[in-house]
Amino acid sequence: MSAVTDTHAADHHDAHGPAKGFTRWLFTTNHKDIGAMYLIFSFAMFLLGGAMAMVIRAELFQPGMQMVEPAFFNQMTTMHGLIMVFGAVMPAFVGLANYMIPLMIGAPDMALPRMNNWSFWLLPAAFLLLVSTLFMEGGAPNFGWTFYAPLSTEYGPPSTTYFIFAVHIMGISSIMGAINVIATIINLRAPGMTLMKMPLFVWTWLITAFLLIAVMPVLAGVVTMMLMDIHFGTSFFNAAGGGDPVLFQHLFWFFGHPEVYIMILPAFGIVSAIIPAFSRKRLFGYTSMVYATGAIAVLSFFVWAHHMFVVGLPLQAELFFMYATMIIAVPTGVKIFNWISTMFRGSLSFETPMLFAVAFVILFTVGGLSGVMLAIAPADFQYHDTYFVVAHFHYVLVPGAIFGIFAAVYYWLPKWTGHMYNEMLGKTHFWMSFIGMNLAFFPMHFVGLAGMPRRYADYPLQFANFNMISSIGAFMFGVTQLLLLYIVIKTIRGGKKAPAKPWDGAEGLEWDLPSPLPYHTFAKPPTVQ
Amino acid sequence: MSTDQSYYVPDQSKWPIVGSVGMFLMLGGLAAVMVNSAESDPTTTAWVVFTLGTLTMIYMITGWLRDVINESHAGLYDAQMDRSFRQGMGWFIFSEVAFFMALFGALFYVRFFAVPWLGGEGAKGSANMLWEGFEAQWPLINMPDPSQFRTPEYVFGPWGLALVNTALLVTSSITLTFSHHALKKDHRKPAILWLAATIALAVIFLGCQAYEYYEAYAHLNLTLESGIFGSMFFLMTGFHGIHVILGTIILAVLLGRLLKGHFTGEKHFGYEAGAWYWHFVDVVWIALFVVVYVL
Repeated sequence: MSAVTDTHAADHHDAHGPAKGFTRWLFTTNHKDIGAMYLIFSFAMFLLGGAMAMVIRAELFQPGMQMVEPAFFNQMTTMHGLIMVFGAVMPAFVGLANYMIPLMIGAPDMALPRMNNWSFWLLPAAFLLLVSTLFMEGGAPNFGWTFYAPLSTEYGPPSTTYFIFAVHIMGISSIMGAINVIATIINLRAPGMTLMKMPLFVWTWLITAFLLIAVMPVLAGVVTMMLMDIHFGTSFFNAAGGGDPVLFQHLFWFFGHPEVYIMILPAFGIVSAIIPAFSRKRLFGYTSMVYATGAIAVLSFFVWAHHMFVVGLPLQAELFFMYATMIIAVPTGVKIFNWISTMFRGSLSFETPMLFAVAFVILFTVGGLSGVMLAIAPADFQYHDTYFVVAHFHYVLVPGAIFGIFAAVYYWLPKWTGHMYNEMLGKTHFWMSFIGMNLAFFPMHFVGLAGMPRRYADYPLQFANFNMISSIGAFMFGVTQLLLLYIVIKTIRGGKKAPAKPWDGAEGLEWDLPSPLPYHTFAKPPTVQ
Repeated sequence: MSTDQSYYVPDQSKWPIVGSVGMFLMLGGLAAVMVNSAESDPTTTAWVVFTLGTLTMIYMITGWLRDVINESHAGLYDAQMDRSFRQGMGWFIFSEVAFFMALFGALFYVRFFAVPWLGGEGAKGSANMLWEGFEAQWPLINMPDPSQFRTPEYVFGPWGLALVNTALLVTSSITLTFSHHALKKDHRKPAILWLAATIALAVIFLGCQAYEYYEAYAHLNLTLESGIFGSMFFLMTGFHGIHVILGTIILAVLLGRLLKGHFTGEKHFGYEAGAWYWHFVDVVWIALFVVVYVL
């Protein structure tokens, strides 16, 4: 049997390039095609979600109502959050996983290539359903991306039902994607690629995929219960029948908190590849990085109620969740120190990927520290649902997750396209993004501490100056992202030829392959020393 | 990690995109059915879309599995591919476990926190603020607000039909294991017979479940609308029931394949995956029996 398999697979892989025409993209089983589609899709969603953020910031530019109706403003905050979380950040990381994990572990493709394509193509279906709610009677979901009951069950618009099914499809897509990642990493590593030799991006994705499979079904469960409360007369989240709206929050955040780490752990892996490459030193504390990632993942299951300190939890629960949350700062701190130690006395150079990675370390720490402040239950009574929370999670998501993705794109773009990007433009993109995002989100700390609540279309006069600065920064950050689109298209079309290994300090199997990558790679597994 | 073989990467396939279109039509149609009926709008178009989507999904699943079976018979799958399938099925079942854990967690929370607090227990007890005189008990057969939710007469005890159902499912797991052991020794006839017995037990279980639901609706006033006990009861047994239906379909397909001469004593992962799924469904029932009926 093995002889048959060998010849078949051999001419299969070596002879065939990509299929012609658009059906290549519809029917593909190639991890690079699918990875590229994920990245393109996530960038489209990033622009769409970003456009909604621009609407929000335009309305908040000045106090009073200028641009939109309050009801539409609520739809914008809701859709912005949902699209950015489920449409931009998560698919971008899955795209990077698809593209890079087989290259990093010496595998010919993902373990289950057809299912891989299905995971991707479910996303356009899900987001078509979700975005179409904007045009429905009663408008799009307007209850915030956390869709708390009873706001979403009793008081939500009719389109909530479409939103629920969209979430179901996203969940199916994520679970299948995660299963594929785990099966690939467990089963398709090249000979000699032991677990503790894997690049950290592979490690962080392995753990992320486990989190996805564990918590996406919980999200499916909670939206199903919503659906039944809306249409079938159940009382899961209605106290009049013995249920409890707080049950919704428990279930949602049991999904939601691991979800937060799903959106940051792969970025940790990316930064752990880039910082050593541009420090020309090996990563400091590889083993501790692996264990720290595992520790963060385990702890993420025991901290969910820190999102609910003001909902009326018993005192013991407040204390437990407060201390459990603070413990997460320990493994996260280990990581920060490891990155800094890697840079310490390295021969640093600051090309665009490194700029984003260093900004990641600094600004993610800012977001992490405001997270520790929020974890303190008595302090959270003041901060809860203010712009301080908005500032916190935008500091972990924008310079955290999104800068991580940007860094990865610049780092691997020469490998993907065979061309070097324009360094000058890349650096411009970085500095505009860096300044824009800090202008947008840093003042939110101040207005939040002063008591400005989140998700309101209007605010009192005393918050006017800071909000105007935020809006200017947000516009700057938003417009800058069109530059990224320009840079990427320009690099795909041409530019300086990239060598197989454009970064002299980079390590990993992907740099042994030519740039641009052939359509099929590692049809025969390499041997790792 | 094999060194002498190449991993089989399938050629282009239309099934994923067919599946995505099918999923979009099916769930979009279903959403439209629900929204339109809630607003008393016509639902015909929505039903058509839903049906079209469902048929597309069936077309996709059968076509996709046919491709996989043909590839397996053509000898394209090596031991490494087999391990990928095992990983895939194993983690799929893990995701199902996570789904049911969420439901069990919800039941635990309702029973030990939400309802007692409604009854005034603890520092956060809210009975006197919301519904004066409401007394917490489990199963909840008195509503905090009886004007909104119907009150069930009483609920099922564990030692009637539920016990029978438990016996049925446990027996079905045993007969399935007999079938599997026979298949491993290439004794096809007993393998077929024991598998047929498993399916028969599954169908009887589904019949008993249907009868219990009928009783609940017709005589006990225990419905989806009768407060949190009814909600949790139907949510948990209902999702389990859907899984039993799916499992029964899987077992029936496996029986058909056995009759057609598929599977060997050595190579039968499709069969094993179905068996894993069935045992998982069985274990969930035992947990359901204990926490929903007995405790």
